[in-house]
Amino acid sequence: MGRTLAEKVWEQHVVRRADGEPDLLYIDLHLIHEVTSPQAFDGLRMAGRTVRRPDLTIATEDHNVPTVLGPISDPVSRTQVETLRKNAAEFGIRLHPMGDAGQGVVHIIGPQFGLTQPGMTIVCGDSHTSTHGAFGAIAFGIGTSEVEHVLATQTLPAYRPKTMAIEVKGELPVGVTAKDLILAIIAKIGTGGGQGYIVEYRGEAVRKLSMEGRMTVCNMSIEAGARAGMIAPDETTFEYLRGRPHAPTGEAWDRAVEYWKTLRTDDDAEFDKVVEIDATALTPFVTWGTNPGQGAPLGSAVPSPEQFADPVERAAAERALEYMGLTAGTPLRDIQVDTVFVGSCTNGRIEDLRAAAEILRGRTVVTRTLIVPGSMGVKKAAEEEGLHEVFKAAGAEWREAGCSMCLGMNPDTLKPGERSASTSNRNFEGRQGKGGRTHLVSPQVAAATAVTGRLTAPAEL
Amino acid sequence: MEAFTTHTGRAVPLRRSNVDTDQIIPAVWLKQVSRTGFEKGLFAAWREDPSFVLNDPAYEGATILVSGPDFGTGSSREHAVWALQQYGFRVVIASRFGDIFRNNSTKMGLLPVILPEDVVKRLQDAAEADPKSEITVDLVERQVCAGDLVVPFEIDDYTRWRLIEGLDDIGLTLRHADAVEEYENGRQPWLPTTV
Ligand code: SF4
Repeated sequence: MGRTLAEKVWEQHVVRRADGEPDLLYIDLHLIHEVTSPQAFDGLRMAGRTVRRPDLTIATEDHNVPTVLGPISDPVSRTQVETLRKNAAEFGIRLHPMGDAGQGVVHIIGPQFGLTQPGMTIVCGDSHTSTHGAFGAIAFGIGTSEVEHVLATQTLPAYRPKTMAIEVKGELPVGVTAKDLILAIIAKIGTGGGQGYIVEYRGEAVRKLSMEGRMTVCNMSIEAGARAGMIAPDETTFEYLRGRPHAPTGEAWDRAVEYWKTLRTDDDAEFDKVVEIDATALTPFVTWGTNPGQGAPLGSAVPSPEQFADPVERAAAERALEYMGLTAGTPLRDIQVDTVFVGSCTNGRIEDLRAAAEILRGRTVVTRTLIVPGSMGVKKAAEEEGLHEVFKAAGAEWREAGCSMCLGMNPDTLKPGERSASTSNRNFEGRQGKGGRTHLVSPQVAAATAVTGRLTAPAEL
Repeated sequence: MEAFTTHTGRAVPLRRSNVDTDQIIPAVWLKQVSRTGFEKGLFAAWREDPSFVLNDPAYEGATILVSGPDFGTGSSREHAVWALQQYGFRVVIASRFGDIFRNNSTKMGLLPVILPEDVVKRLQDAAEADPKSEITVDLVERQVCAGDLVVPFEIDDYTRWRLIEGLDDIGLTLRHADAVEEYENGRQPWLPTTV
């Protein structure tokens, strides 16, 4: 029987297999940031261990850095960033610190440098490592104990997850984005739907997505509970990679491409589970609740908890409406927001900024609007295209690279009761600051919302 | 890692689903570079509400958390496990867990126990009816006992063995350093390095 993409990549990385034990998996690339690494380095030091492959490891500062120029004013954040710098220097790890041209959100810089390639295994102490699966890599988030394990051994013991195919049938209608697609998928299968699986996104609509769009989709796999999401590499992938600093060149490139072309699920392979989604029926999608599965088409209304047959879901919906300060039956279009955030590892890439700029060009924002490039590289590219002028002319703030308002651990936060339309990935209670209320949206909806002050699809402008 | 064989303690019923790791420990608490002191951040936002179950003195000293489904979803932060352990929990019982959280727990010796939703509800009911009632979680026998209820739970042999022995994964892997080296010699030549 044939094998799935996930099985092929997994098998290629098994260092050791023994009965009754997890596979020992080799890790090709380990990404590190300031928040989940300090205790891991401490562990190494305490045990007198070293980093086995600093040359397969790269670090950046992203989670708690401010996105305005200047030093970190919060002393605790500053200590954490300084600790990363000390650790990187001590163990010989390449680091892109604040202000460096290569700095950025960890999941943006890997692909940007061409370090993320098809068929690799990639880990990071961050759940959105699933982003890198867009290249046909197995990429997943790990905890700090596992970070220490990878630092010390460049391997991880792990059981191979089951495989799930998400078949996206047909083409996405005009105006419907990768973000809408993944939000709709999560609403369909639920935040636990992917638990225990590696998901492979397939079908015509997925093939037609740009690499940026594919990264947006794979990024949010974890929000459906899946540790990893993958898309088979194809010409779009190769074109994206060609010429990037760490992509192979010359003869090595040809050999790599030849191998990468074998990284697809065989026609006779079987998935443990198959889910189908009709792309043609999709419209712009937003969340109304406090987990990413609580979403609905923007044209619909806030659901009533009674609509949920499952008592657990009903209770969750009741709680979510209370936290969000929403009443069942309110059209989603009538929801007023205070802040719009465009950025994060979900939607902080150049294509996302172009999409937002296209809508904001010649218009004025009526809400506080933060546009935060995912990396300094993205920032530079956007400025070369003059996008920053468009944003500034519209009245939006143009920031330095970082995680920013995606999570409330740097200066960019919501105040209690404030409501945002955000292109990030989590609408959990307090995620963007204590008491903050988050609606997850695409960059297009975010930009249109900034113009009207309420959740808006660009088509309505 | 702390070894785990069997544990008897009182339980806290947490009647919520999708308890994500941002709730278990909000991001502002993740700035520390040490491994201690996270108990103060456990459910920090929810604990501000006086009616939150952990604020009920009847549950003081409880060591088993019995939660609704999808406990520990979201962020990979192992700080969630540290916070639960440092607060005093040794076991979390739920019908479903976030994969990364479950992994992190077993690395640290916090036992995640998966039981069917109706059993979870019965345990919550019992803990609510009598906060002094005890639950025994026996990893050796792979079963949970509460009153006259005895239910088996599943956990793979390897993880169980590691937990019972309190073994450190890194030490185990380093025994296979030769295999790692051999694998490294055969890696595809075009794979990137960060230098
Ligand atoms: S942008 Fe958000 S989700 Fe992505 S790495 Fe940063 S905090 Fe995590």
